[in-house]
Amino acid sequence: MAEMPVHSKEEDLPPSKESANSLEGSQQEIPLIEAHSIGFLRDGRWILKDIDFTIHKGEIVTLIGPNGGGKTTFARICLGILQAEEGKLVRQDDLTIGYVPQRLKLDRTLPLTVRRFLTVRHKVSSKDLLSALIEVGSSHLIDTQMSSLSGGEMQRVLLARALVNKPDLLVLDEPAQGVDFAGEAALYDLISKIRDRFGCAILLISHDLHIVMGSSDRVLCLNGHVCCAGVPEQISLHPEYERLFGPNRGQTYGIYAHSHDHSHALSGEELDPCCSHEHPSPETPETDPEDSKDKP
Amino acid sequence: MDDFIIRAGLGGIGMALIAAPLGCYVVWQRMAYFGETIAHSGLLGVAFGLLTSINLTLGVFLAAVMVTFGLRAVERKTYLAKDTALGLIAHVVLALGLIVTSQFQSLQVDMMGLLFGDILAISKLDLILVLGGLIAIWGLIAWLWQDMMALSIDRELALAEGVRVNKVEFLLSMAIAATVALSMKLVGLLLVTAMLIIPAAGAMGLARTPEQMVLYTAFISCLSVLCGLFASFYVDIPTGPAIVVAMAFFFLLTSLVKR
Repeated sequence: MAEMPVHSKEEDLPPSKESANSLEGSQQEIPLIEAHSIGFLRDGRWILKDIDFTIHKGEIVTLIGPNGGGKTTFARICLGILQAEEGKLVRQDDLTIGYVPQRLKLDRTLPLTVRRFLTVRHKVSSKDLLSALIEVGSSHLIDTQMSSLSGGEMQRVLLARALVNKPDLLVLDEPAQGVDFAGEAALYDLISKIRDRFGCAILLISHDLHIVMGSSDRVLCLNGHVCCAGVPEQISLHPEYERLFGPNRGQTYGIYAHSHDHSHALSGEELDPCCSHEHPSPETPETDPEDSKDKP
Repeated sequence: MDDFIIRAGLGGIGMALIAAPLGCYVVWQRMAYFGETIAHSGLLGVAFGLLTSINLTLGVFLAAVMVTFGLRAVERKTYLAKDTALGLIAHVVLALGLIVTSQFQSLQVDMMGLLFGDILAISKLDLILVLGGLIAIWGLIAWLWQDMMALSIDRELALAEGVRVNKVEFLLSMAIAATVALSMKLVGLLLVTAMLIIPAAGAMGLARTPEQMVLYTAFISCLSVLCGLFASFYVDIPTGPAIVVAMAFFFLLTSLVKR
């Protein structure tokens, strides 16, 4: 594993240096979550080492990196599901977190309507409940059994559940899992919309940088350590990123632009060349179905 | 009607009501074998109760608590899968129970009563224990209900939302231990898990919400207890097995009805 380059640390600053958006001045605010040199050990191996991380109000931060790079582990540490062995994690007092897990481990033996699911542990008025479902475009599902939802419907319902609690921070772990490509674009569209509407920060885990790029304020690339961090455009040009995700990025971009040009409309700006492919790590060179979809 | 049959009816209905919410929890969490493991400690518990001359149900409960702690220790200290850890503990406590009962000649263990239950011999003290258990366990579950729901839906989501998962799991394990100890008098060691899972499995197909499922489970349980009692009273068959067969009958009946 390469040492973390010094310039990575410099780039791992709060946003708005390059992206001149409404987040100016967020450096002065107390971050929602601030992590210092987090280390996580599993079976005698450091899954994560020396992770510095902050997220501020209203920011969308995306975690990318190869499978096994520790993205989900790091998010779980932020959520308090796992305890880090090393480092310090400071959460703002009374921080309300909405969590959308990769998938729900709900057993089919537990009968549960969407309505009941949204009100477990949350005192929600029927008006708020309905408006959360309308927000994610799923109000028609209110009396449906959870076990009969499709992948995309489930993700929307999970999002609605995270929203009814009026979170300061929304943590989404690969929200597009089990959702087809068109649904995926719509889902990320919805996530941006939610940030604008609720003003909550969003921590997004994704292996699909090309889709989330337009809406991310900052990107953190994790592969056991922080490979690189910064605004999306910066990340894609980072030598460490290129080393990790392979040299063929320009080529895949070309094909990508032809085959999925509707994605340009989603982000509203030109997509960066580096992000159009799945990211196999040097250790695990298997190709991903997403990847082969992009290459004819 | 005779006193003993009224006592048996009250005890049985009390047990059915105790077992209903925990039975649902056991089904949701796929913990059926946890009930079995606790039942395996029954012999050790009875021996313990006889040796210290405390109430046998109390003895069984203490052994069950021991098993719960032992299981937590095994799960924390090893990487064994849950079923392996349960199998390990279950058979070790059963073996210990057999050794202890063989070493003390004075122990007059009513093996048939232990294995198949003897609800018709239920004493006033047993009845008081059932009533106490009913109040304590329903109180506990009312208090933990929302957390118990969150935990049953998804453990990690519950953790992320700040549910004190370890505490909830521990308290519910204790409640299951108590339920198994109490129902052993009713249906016996061999059939005790049936009391937890069959009515819940029957209610599952009818319910649309978890609360409905608990309600239907309680209803099926009570009805089965009464049917079993009447059957054994009039046809002269053993009560515990009759109750379990009645439960299975209602399970079949509900599986024919679509939600």
